Amino acid sequence: MNAFSSTLLTFSLWAYVAGMVGALLFQRAEKLANGMGFGFAAAGGVFGVFSCGAALVNGTASAGQSIDLFPSLIPFVRFSLHADALGCFFGLIVSLVGVALSIYSLGYARGYFGRKNVGVLGALFNLLLLATTLVFLADNVFFFLMAWEIMALTAYCLVSFEHEFEETRNAGVLYFVMSHIGTACIILGFLLLFQTSGSYGFDSFHALGDKMPSGRRNAVFLLFLFGFGTKAGMVPLHIWLPAAHPVAPSNVSAMMSGVLIKTGIYGLTRVFFDFMGTPPSWWGVTVLTIGTISAVLGVLFALMEHDLKRLLAYHSIENIGIILMGLGAAMMFLHSGHPVLASLALIAGLYHTINHAVFKALLFLGAGAVLHATHTRNMEEMGGLAKRMRWTALFFLVGAVAISALPPLNGFVSEWLTYQSLLQGFGTTTSLIRLMFPLSGAMLALTGALAAACFVKAFGITFLAQPRSDHARHAHEAPFTMLLGQGILTAACVFLGLFPTVFLKLFDPLTQQLIGQQLSQQLTAVNGLVLSGVVAQGGTVSTLGITLMLLCLLPVPLVLWVLFARTSRTRIAPTWDCGLRELTPQMEYTATGFSKPLRMIFKALFRPRREVQREYDFSPYFATTLRFESHVEELFQTHIYRPLKWLVLRTSRRLRALQAGSIQAYLIYMFVTLLALLLFAL
Amino acid sequence: MNLDPLLLFLQTLLLLLLAPLVSGVIKNWKAKLQNRRGPRPWQVYFDIAKFLRKDMVISEHASWVFCFAPYVVFLTSLLTGLMVPMVSLPAPLSLFGGVLAVVGLLALGRFFLALSGLDPASAFGGMGSSREMTISAIAEPALMLAIFTVAITAGSTDLSQIAQSTQSATLKLLNPAHVLAFAAFFIVLLAETGRIPVDNPATHLELTMIHEAMLLEYSGRYLALMEWGASIKQLVLMTLLLNVFFPVGLAGPQASAAALGVSLIAYLAKLLALSAVVVVVETTNAKLRLFRVPDLLSTAFVLATLALLSSFLFH
Repeated sequence: MNAFSSTLLTFSLWAYVAGMVGALLFQRAEKLANGMGFGFAAAGGVFGVFSCGAALVNGTASAGQSIDLFPSLIPFVRFSLHADALGCFFGLIVSLVGVALSIYSLGYARGYFGRKNVGVLGALFNLLLLATTLVFLADNVFFFLMAWEIMALTAYCLVSFEHEFEETRNAGVLYFVMSHIGTACIILGFLLLFQTSGSYGFDSFHALGDKMPSGRRNAVFLLFLFGFGTKAGMVPLHIWLPAAHPVAPSNVSAMMSGVLIKTGIYGLTRVFFDFMGTPPSWWGVTVLTIGTISAVLGVLFALMEHDLKRLLAYHSIENIGIILMGLGAAMMFLHSGHPVLASLALIAGLYHTINHAVFKALLFLGAGAVLHATHTRNMEEMGGLAKRMRWTALFFLVGAVAISALPPLNGFVSEWLTYQSLLQGFGTTTSLIRLMFPLSGAMLALTGALAAACFVKAFGITFLAQPRSDHARHAHEAPFTMLLGQGILTAACVFLGLFPTVFLKLFDPLTQQLIGQQLSQQLTAVNGLVLSGVVAQGGTVSTLGITLMLLCLLPVPLVLWVLFARTSRTRIAPTWDCGLRELTPQMEYTATGFSKPLRMIFKALFRPRREVQREYDFSPYFATTLRFESHVEELFQTHIYRPLKWLVLRTSRRLRALQAGSIQAYLIYMFVTLLALLLFAL
Repeated sequence: MNLDPLLLFLQTLLLLLLAPLVSGVIKNWKAKLQNRRGPRPWQVYFDIAKFLRKDMVISEHASWVFCFAPYVVFLTSLLTGLMVPMVSLPAPLSLFGGVLAVVGLLALGRFFLALSGLDPASAFGGMGSSREMTISAIAEPALMLAIFTVAITAGSTDLSQIAQSTQSATLKLLNPAHVLAFAAFFIVLLAETGRIPVDNPATHLELTMIHEAMLLEYSGRYLALMEWGASIKQLVLMTLLLNVFFPVGLAGPQASAAALGVSLIAYLAKLLALSAVVVVVETTNAKLRLFRVPDLLSTAFVLATLALLSSFLFH
């Protein structure tokens, strides 16, 4: 990092600190606290974007020394940062999303005035941004783990912000427990790395895996996969995610789904591509398999949700799966000695990381605006919002198109890169493993199509047709700051979608650092207008070209209007109602009904149960009251986590016998333990 | 790698004019096979012209999405048609996207079609959208896998490259991998174009309909765009099947006018043959129950997987 970037970075970190202190100091004056907290956070984000962006653009990211933030008095512990290309890339993500979220929060937090302490919310939000930035930039184990832990605890506090609801408290505790199990694994992994390198600095870990005995290497792989995978929310460690993300305030949900789970992806990339050297074959296969399963299961569970924010949370699992597919394929290519393809797959994964951060944050902000207006997260009580919240509907639609991987937006670009790397991967090996590439490609296609189905449901039921409740009928558009926050992310979606060849240049220092390849030239054709596969004639795509061509073809229908439809008129009339008096909202298709065919097709997975109770006078077809309940089994809870929980509780009940309360017994335990340790040491 | 404006214009024209005719021919032949007289093959043109002239009625519940969707459906179908080689290689817009972009753009059109089904607050439309998205979701992996089989053999996702590589080795047409992938794609074609046994294009106002249910609230020129878009989509998918899996007679780059003429005749002949097959399939089969459709589509998926396996065995 050059002096310019480092200065801006310091500004950014201090702005977060200032925001935190300011929000806490003025917590009595809500408006001031709101302005101070989120205003400084936005400023910090802007500094961060310019700092990390500049470092990546002028290629100075990896150069330069680490900076000591302040001298440390404790041995081994250094509070030092080193913004290398990977760190800068993730720093760019957190800052970019941070700016949009902070601006949005200025309006959103007003909903808490008089109810909750906005000062605390602002301070925690700044602390979260600060800690997350430090996670990406820390250059030694201790500082990394400290930032990691502050981030996890702050996120816990923010998840539990509305702790007056029991659901929120339960979700907070679940998140807390899962997060710490993950952290324990990460600490163990780092200790194993330290055993080999003898130092806690990240620079001493570089390509360490090649020097480790294979057993310890595999242990490190599994520990980190489990630890960081928990944070990222990959299946089957995902259960905390759909519980915790929806209950947080919407700006925090956007932060968690957009950025926080990416710290897991950062950790995995850092460890697998920077520390572990050339991986054995099964690592990549494992990651690719987990990615594929997460993607498909994530979207299938999302389809069954009619809570808007839970639906979005499940989609995070799906997208983490798609990212892991890229990373897994990259590891397989590294193993088979194809660095160019490995870089392509890594770029695909990381491109999807920033894309997901942008569109998922956008969708959560949209959901927040809807929640703000209708006071419910239940889609079955929404509807008709496209007329009442025009801008929010437009932004949400852009996010929905992007997340469904439809051209010409950004989700399509990163999935196109993923498909390319998977298809080219078929030729890299002759073993049967190569069938995994096209098959996971087919699963990616399934995921994309199901995601499109899910977002037709999410957008269609929420924003279209008639309002299904009074809240929805009286919904109002969100204030300007909330729209501005969404607008920034929408613009980012469009930019990342239409100009991938410009953005791909930022990956050059990153792949140079991790794999020693620079691909942006190879991926660009025809003066940067067209994105091309890395092999000659491997396929090209141009989202910009597609958009321009769509506009060029627009005259076709318009000419037809002039030729044929000059005299025709347009009338507004009721929807055809089969001769009834009028259509009521009860007659509309519901979210549950929309996903019913898929629930039936995948019933082996969902085990749907339903219960119908009718009360009637003379014929069951004319019921006076009707009660309908439909449930989907949560596979992982019933088959893994619930038995596990009982096992833990039963074991701890048994162990309680040891804790009898007599001090002599405790002394004996200590003595025996000491003896055992001494014997063990000998 | 340059854009030829003349070819681009001619292919656009061909797509616009040929698509309704193919729908008309299928309707006519189907009627003939069922001992009915049936509408004339060019009736679809008159229908579209009529729809264009008619007044429009728009639902009071509908939002701007409803008015936006016909353009998206029509334009995406038309644009995908320009990425698929019809009578000459390469396709005019090969550079802007290959098979992944074609599938993506068709999905974009479907996305807006399904939204427009939900928009007027009618239960029919919602039902159509729900079923359309369900069926397309389970058809997608089979479609992709069938295409991957040929794309991997060609080493490219560019449709023109794939067609060229299939063309250069004529024997490959009888390769089991190729035949299996062809069969898988044919099943997907039936599902994606809303043909029996998946959907019945001839019904209106029955609880079995899928595509027609989403169009129920459209009238006038928007309906014309929707119907025309659907027939273009059908033509694009048929062309994809014909020219990617069976590129016999397809003219190469820089072909002379005579060669292009021959290629056009070959293309039309193949198109009519495929239409005849569709007609026979539609007449000899009954429509499947909705929950039987996944079985059909998983057959396609298994066929495509077998295609992939056998291409793995034979290389």
